[in-house]
Amino acid sequence: MDKSSHLRTPIKRARGHGSAHSGTQHFWLQRLSALALIPLSMWFMVVLLTRLIHADAVAIGQWLGNPIVALLMAALLLAMFVHSRLGIQTIIEDYVHSHAKKIIALLTLNLFTLGLGGASLMAVFHLHSTAI
Amino acid sequence: MSSIHENRPLSPHLGIYRWQISNTLSILHRLTGVALTLGLIPLALWLWGAAYNPALFELLRTAFDSILGKIALFGWTVAFYYHLGNGMRHINWDIGRGFSLPEMLASGRMVIAFAVCMSIFSWAYVVRTGGI
Repeated sequence: MDKSSHLRTPIKRARGHGSAHSGTQHFWLQRLSALALIPLSMWFMVVLLTRLIHADAVAIGQWLGNPIVALLMAALLLAMFVHSRLGIQTIIEDYVHSHAKKIIALLTLNLFTLGLGGASLMAVFHLHSTAI
Repeated sequence: MSSIHENRPLSPHLGIYRWQISNTLSILHRLTGVALTLGLIPLALWLWGAAYNPALFELLRTAFDSILGKIALFGWTVAFYYHLGNGMRHINWDIGRGFSLPEMLASGRMVIAFAVCMSIFSWAYVVRTGGI
């Protein structure tokens, strides 16, 4: 077939981005964050049930004073917010068919993720650095 | 014209689609995902309160100490274990395993058993250690 009759350039096909314009990035990031969340969320659930359920703000600060704990908590929050963001995006794209409503829903989702995720990470860093 | 369409496979017609364990678990995976995303709100507020806002922290403690708060926490526990178990079931499919009907039914039942048992175990532990 004559290549000049195609509007798509060979580089576009070679990169394999396809009609979603992002290739398998969404699929892959969803799985990667899922894999990270298996150990991280189980760890957090154990700490939550055994320790944090009784904790006041000072005790939470002392717990996050440990750099490994703060790092794990930051990793957990990052993986959770990424995973949630991608999952809800899929649900919105499946069920919201009006283009305008879809854009508004996705923008709201981004705002929700960046706002709450950013606030959570800020709080973790603050609690870590001010721990006694 | 109609002969083109006669022998084509049909997508599931929702009106006559038989309800079964596979589609129920699939829908539950999405529902628990949405529930867990909503759970990120109190999680972020809890961290923010511990770091910056003692009044907010106390408000959350009071809210989750109420009967309604405990029911919500129990619901999130079930959602967490279900989404974790079914997520691992999905990862198993992603690497190409467990697609036969008997395997799929067995893994589905295992996920339900896992979610129920772990939720009861977790809350029994909390009650025994005086967390309630």
